Amino acid sequence: MKNIKFANLGQYGIIIAFVLICMLMAVLHPSFLTLSNMRVILTQVSINTLLAFGVTFVIITGGIDLSLGSVLAVSGIVAALLAHPDSYPLVVPIAAGIGTGLLVGAFNGLVITKSKVPPFIVTLATMTIARGLALIFSKGRPVSNLSDSFNFIGGGQIAGIPFPIIILIITFVACGLLLHKTTWGRYMYAVGGNELAAKASGINVGKVKMLVYTLCGGLAGLAGILLTSRITTGQPNAGIGFELDAIAAAIIGGASTSGGTGTIVGTLFGALIIGVISNGLDLMNVSSYYQLVIKGFIIVSAVVLDSLNKDS
Amino acid sequence: MNIKVSPDYILQVRGLKKSYGGIKALNGIFFDLRKGEVHALMGENGAGKSTFMKILAGLEKPDSGEIFFEGSPYKPTSVQASLQKGISMIHQELLSVPELTVAQNLFLGKEHTRFGKRWLDENKNRQEAEKWLNKLGIDISPSAKMKSLSVAEMQMVEMAKALSNDAKVIIMDEPTSALSDREADRLFETIRDLQSKGVSIIYISHKMEEIFRIADTITVFRDGRYIESKPADAFDTSSLITAMVGRKLNDIFPDNSAEKGAIIYTVRKLTRKPAFDNITFDLHAGEILGISGLVGAGRTELARVLYGLDRADSGEVWLHGEPLLPDSPQTALKKGIGYVSEDRKTLGLITQLSILKNISLSSIGRYSTYGFVNEKNEKKAVTKLAQQLRIKASSLDQRVETLSGGNQQKVAIAKVLMAKPKVIILDEPTRGIDIGAKIEVYQLIRQLACEGLGVILISSELPEITGLCDRVLVLSQGKQTALLNRSQISPEKIMYHAVPR
Repeated sequence: MKNIKFANLGQYGIIIAFVLICMLMAVLHPSFLTLSNMRVILTQVSINTLLAFGVTFVIITGGIDLSLGSVLAVSGIVAALLAHPDSYPLVVPIAAGIGTGLLVGAFNGLVITKSKVPPFIVTLATMTIARGLALIFSKGRPVSNLSDSFNFIGGGQIAGIPFPIIILIITFVACGLLLHKTTWGRYMYAVGGNELAAKASGINVGKVKMLVYTLCGGLAGLAGILLTSRITTGQPNAGIGFELDAIAAAIIGGASTSGGTGTIVGTLFGALIIGVISNGLDLMNVSSYYQLVIKGFIIVSAVVLDSLNKDS
Repeated sequence: MNIKVSPDYILQVRGLKKSYGGIKALNGIFFDLRKGEVHALMGENGAGKSTFMKILAGLEKPDSGEIFFEGSPYKPTSVQASLQKGISMIHQELLSVPELTVAQNLFLGKEHTRFGKRWLDENKNRQEAEKWLNKLGIDISPSAKMKSLSVAEMQMVEMAKALSNDAKVIIMDEPTSALSDREADRLFETIRDLQSKGVSIIYISHKMEEIFRIADTITVFRDGRYIESKPADAFDTSSLITAMVGRKLNDIFPDNSAEKGAIIYTVRKLTRKPAFDNITFDLHAGEILGISGLVGAGRTELARVLYGLDRADSGEVWLHGEPLLPDSPQTALKKGIGYVSEDRKTLGLITQLSILKNISLSSIGRYSTYGFVNEKNEKKAVTKLAQQLRIKASSLDQRVETLSGGNQQKVAIAKVLMAKPKVIILDEPTRGIDIGAKIEVYQLIRQLACEGLGVILISSELPEITGLCDRVLVLSQGKQTALLNRSQISPEKIMYHAVPR
């Protein structure tokens, strides 16, 4: 009985922490709690959240993906190159951008399942490869002059709701269903919890890993389209270090790097906490240098709190 | 039990109590340990053995009661304090550093140094390690890496370490659970050596045979209480079981009155070198076929091939007349072969997931449409199975790691049964579970056979094989040496065929 109570506390802990941080920010700065600021925050976190959802799947299976930021960049470049006005219909750059992400993700998955090389090393290499591809495709220069319809993805609104927020909500629901309602989600926990036992239970472990890395790449591709569209330019140097924020969001949200744990709701709130804090610090004119230090400390405290909770 | 404290005893325990929350783990424990004796501590899981051990080793504090060490009151406060007194515990999961050498492990935390405290004197460490290993007649190089050692050798290093710590009492928790018979023999020799040096051993094991071989005295706990303590030769197997379980057991093994059905599973000349060679047998519906043999005979390797975890070099297998050499566990399960691994923690269960999710793991495909799990149907099916197998838990959402060994084993079996196999291979299904749970597993195995499944039972415990099986396939060093009928099955005959020559 005791164990169950603790588990529940852990699940709600992240939401309680989020609410407390919001209250603190609201007290410190009056314009924090305005509707327009909420919109700003959600739009800002949308990209990191998409990446974080992807890496949550990977982390649950006991892996890691460091290539996210570079995959985002190369996908954004590919999309931008096909998104000039009067060239292709909108669906082409979108499909190509996501497709690029899926492809790089599948490459990660293939190498990881077919070799015994740890995901950390494989995706570290892919990080360099994808960044190189982004620079090659763009010839090292920003890709601008994108169509209005493409720019709508990151900058448009429907009924007053910024389009990135709509994408965020749809992805949240889809990822949540995949992880918590399907056999695939169940298998992810099984593989991360005990790979040997999962295999012996008749689960195709390779397929599960292929799925999570491919999916993670695809979500990075989507995030790349979103970013390119929002800044109306394909930047070959975009997304450097984004993978760390995504991993941080997943871990603050309760995923453990040793695999087997993590939830989509947790990751969403993990990303929101990071977003709210940097937004609040922005409002208070705290220099971005200090923000990095503060963010680091928050990640450490979240992980320490989590491990304390587990020990008790 | 004498209440008086006497100097003949190195350790005496009087009325020890300990509760966790509302649960009384220990409720009046008495224990007398003589100098230089091997004292077996017996009891089912949950009898309080491990709590008691933890208190002695300084890992837990008792609520009340007294402990006397060499005649004077003693309150263990920490592991360090217990070590200093001379109480060492050898843990089930050995706590050594694999990348360090034997010598480095032996003196971990108390290294010999020179030029002050920080400069390691590796030569001295090696020589000293060699000295301690020699004292116990252990032939291991002190500069060997710990990871290159067998589990038995690691245990011996741990014992040398305890001795070097000037241990007077060594607590051993299931030391032979990962050892072969030969390794166990060496371990017992080492224990005798320690004993002759005046060290007292508290020995915990589920293996009766071993207890009668090694123990001078046996103390039985049940439900956190002291039951009785007698010289080992005053017990026999049945009186010991009665003391542990608290009721008379006329028959440990269920009657085998099952009707044998038609042949459903046929194995011909199955070979995977060097593990096993040219294995041929049939399995009937409703039959329990035992596979017996010493460690290294190729039993588990055979099961792994039948289940698709490894490939065969050659040979043929049919299930219901259809050729079936599975290329993966997935195929095996789909076609109707189930396997319950001997190693439930690494190959059987995802221990941090719930009972429910573990049991349905192999078959949720059947309870889902378009990949979406129908949780209601899943739960209904799992609940039914959990009740059938009498899995004891507060709820199906309880995590498997919190269950006792016996219940974990039932979950592992339930998972395979949920996939509705026609043939089920049980590899050491009673390893590390207590006698009460064992009896339940025996009944379950017989029940499965009665329901028409073909059961293949791999076991190192001869009484299990002789008590349960309709026929026995004996392997010796990968070769099939006998296929015994019911009337031919006896421990002597099995051993005769199992011993390599």
